[in-house]
Amino acid sequence: MSTTSSTIVNLPDQRTATLPKKNYINAEDGMLSWLLTGDHKRIAMLYLVSITFFFFIGSVFASLIRLELLTPQPDLVASDTYNKLFSMHGIVMVFLFLVPSVPATLGNFLIPIMIGAKDLAFPKINLLSWYLYMIGGIFTLAALVLGGVDTGWTFTTPLSTHYLNTHVVTAGLGVFIIGFSSIFTGLNFIVTIHRMRAPGMTWFRMPLFVWSNYAASILMVLGTPVLAITLVLVVLERTIHIGVFDPQLGGDPLLFQHLFWFYSHPAVYIMILPGMGVISEVISTFSRKRVFGYTAVAFSSVAIAVFGFFVWEHHMFIMGVSNYSALVFSLLTMLVAVPSAIKVFNWAFTLQKGSITFETPMLYAFAFIGLFTIGGLTGVFLGSLGMDIHLTETYFIVAHFHYVMVGGMLMAFLGGVHFWWPKMTGRMYPESLSKLSAVTSFIGFNLTFMPQFILGYLGMPRRYHAYPAEYQVLNVLSTAGATVLGIGFLLPLIYLAWSLKYGAIAGNNPWQATGLEWQIQSPPLTENFIETPIVDYEAYDYEWLAHKTEQEVTTVG
Amino acid sequence: MHISPVLWQFLVKWLTNSALFPREASTIAPYADALYFFLLLITIVGLVLVGGLVFGFAIRYRKDRNPVATQVEGSTLLEATWTIIPLALFLIVFVWGALLYFRIYNPPTNAMNIYVVGKQWMWKAEHPGGQHEINNLHVPTGQPVQLTMISQDVFHSFSIPDFRVKREVIPGRYSTVWFEATTPGTYHIFCTQYCGTKHSGMIGEVTVLTPEDYKKWTEGSTSGMSLAQNGERLFASMGCNACHSGNAASRGPSLAGVYGSKLRLASGGEVLVNEAYLRDAILNPSQHVTVGYAPIMPTYQGQISEEGLIDLVEYLKALKTNYRVQQTLTTSESNQAAPMTPEVVKP
Repeated sequence: MSTTSSTIVNLPDQRTATLPKKNYINAEDGMLSWLLTGDHKRIAMLYLVSITFFFFIGSVFASLIRLELLTPQPDLVASDTYNKLFSMHGIVMVFLFLVPSVPATLGNFLIPIMIGAKDLAFPKINLLSWYLYMIGGIFTLAALVLGGVDTGWTFTTPLSTHYLNTHVVTAGLGVFIIGFSSIFTGLNFIVTIHRMRAPGMTWFRMPLFVWSNYAASILMVLGTPVLAITLVLVVLERTIHIGVFDPQLGGDPLLFQHLFWFYSHPAVYIMILPGMGVISEVISTFSRKRVFGYTAVAFSSVAIAVFGFFVWEHHMFIMGVSNYSALVFSLLTMLVAVPSAIKVFNWAFTLQKGSITFETPMLYAFAFIGLFTIGGLTGVFLGSLGMDIHLTETYFIVAHFHYVMVGGMLMAFLGGVHFWWPKMTGRMYPESLSKLSAVTSFIGFNLTFMPQFILGYLGMPRRYHAYPAEYQVLNVLSTAGATVLGIGFLLPLIYLAWSLKYGAIAGNNPWQATGLEWQIQSPPLTENFIETPIVDYEAYDYEWLAHKTEQEVTTVG
Repeated sequence: MHISPVLWQFLVKWLTNSALFPREASTIAPYADALYFFLLLITIVGLVLVGGLVFGFAIRYRKDRNPVATQVEGSTLLEATWTIIPLALFLIVFVWGALLYFRIYNPPTNAMNIYVVGKQWMWKAEHPGGQHEINNLHVPTGQPVQLTMISQDVFHSFSIPDFRVKREVIPGRYSTVWFEATTPGTYHIFCTQYCGTKHSGMIGEVTVLTPEDYKKWTEGSTSGMSLAQNGERLFASMGCNACHSGNAASRGPSLAGVYGSKLRLASGGEVLVNEAYLRDAILNPSQHVTVGYAPIMPTYQGQISEEGLIDLVEYLKALKTNYRVQQTLTTSESNQAAPMTPEVVKP
């Protein structure tokens, strides 16, 4: 036992500690046992490896974009190449990283354990969803290797259907297939959460991580089919000219925008909601306190999911939609901002009267709160009709969604990976290095994207290969920031891999957390629980935990 | 500390050229900036509040100082507070933003109209007086200018950051935006909707001139034919006048004075005849048959360029009587009555 007063980390004695003899990692051997597994934890690890791979591919594109933008002239790559870079960056990051990031890795691993189940409801569908993800990923890589695609991640018609000579169909099919992987994951979560909760695990005893993944799953199941339909229409329009979007054939080009954003706005919440779940868990654990206003936080996730479906037109305020429909959508956009504000304040007040320690996941959570607040409030700029006219399609919007997606979701993802790393692998990551990387990413992130808000208000359009010389200073700052940010993302890759072999043995519950996942061995058994747990306490009940630990000591002693 | 003089000069130049904030060069700009500063204020206050709470609590309640946490359920009063106050602020922003939106997208009635055609990768401006410009737009100060815009191919977006206006330029339909420039000078025009290879090359300049200079410019750069005059020629050469002659017996309705009127359609319902309607009626006549007429007009889709359509629309807008239509028609018919080669007699 090595607890100083400023940490809650509670590791077993390293001289005698060993990893559990039987666990899900060593239950079976060989490549096939992984590729044909039905175990949600193994599938989560498959996802973790694959999305990390795609994240670094997407990051390479981002680095090249930032390098090109060091100078106003188009000098590093040709215009077509640049257009392919930002298109592939968007497609890979959104569909292959952000959408599956937390749900498919942490959600897959934790949701069954958190509610006291042995696995997800449909283990084989779970495996299928990973295969679909990989097939979609291979299609996307194929589009890349064959010469890339330059539609932008939004596949805007009629540009994508009539004017581009690149691998639109391949990339479109890739995204179409990945969509089904996301639908299956969502379906699996919904059924599991409804039907497989352990005795006593009522809805309002579930950890908030489960609530937020539940809300995201509803969005995945209801929203993604619309994206699938839209992409099929794009492919048909491109190959056999059916004329749904082409004005020359009586189609409506705005229809594409409606259909695409009907999915892609809720997709933003698919990306952020599970991240919010991570933050609730982390903040509660490191302040030793139940989450302030549990029900408000739970229902705000559901409210975001519901309202999230009715705001898509705010991507189209300048596209000549009716002024009155713009009014309605702007109002709804303002309403959807409120539940996010509620969450932020509840997290802040969870800290009050807590007993706070500052391990790495907590640092990521603090970064999340700050960056998400900026990302959220700049979203209000864009939801405001008149302001949107000047700001949309500029770097302001680029900065805004990077604050939410990278500053929010990626920070939450990294925080979550650090938080549950001991559970997933049985070993601790190196604490001081990881703190350094959290601080580095926070600084690098702000240096990268803060200048882009200013660039946006100055008017610099997004997706510009070359730009007027007066914007150079801010672009240089942004590129410098991206370099720092890159280091902040590379570090965890290295030390987490290192810790697989050399990390300290974590024990069951290094953070003294209350969730069911922390009451079992790390790494868990394949069947998670030896006997089905009976839940007779609320989520985040630290008194119950203290009581339980006390009892264990007395029984063992 | 020694700062290199080159770097110093560079920084001074950068800051004085307002590298953090765009110029305010239209009447709308101050309104947009006022809302922007209000939103910035909300953001800063919100950030300071959240940051203060998080850091304050993190310091006050860190484990060293507060070894045991006190469990708190929550507080309905606090929940209500941070629901209602943000909601109220967001609603203010909503109303303010909506007012600004209507101001930017509803042109005043005395606005002068300039047509803009976007295509990969250039902007073509067509002034009513027959001045044509590429990637440039000359406008006077103190005069509301409305742009009626259309794309020939993909989505583009016409943006003048220093005026704080922007509007999507869409294939197959007119969109409009207006502004009133206040300060002579040149300002960026950007295409802000990704439109293919040379998207970042689809840029231009607005040249804002004083009314006197603008008058000189219009006189010096006209092509000699106004848009309406071009339209009149097209109207005759495409044979529009054969049906739309204004004669009681003609097969098409008279078009004199039709612009701005309310038209009853054969399909039922009434439409206001504006630029968009005229354009649609030429390209898709079967969808826009005036009540009392047969749907016999062929489509002109693909037979006439966007510029040609603009000429026709401008011509029809200015068309008040059918006198010249009929004169032109008579002339052309009398030409046909002139001696012709005798027809080959079929056996």
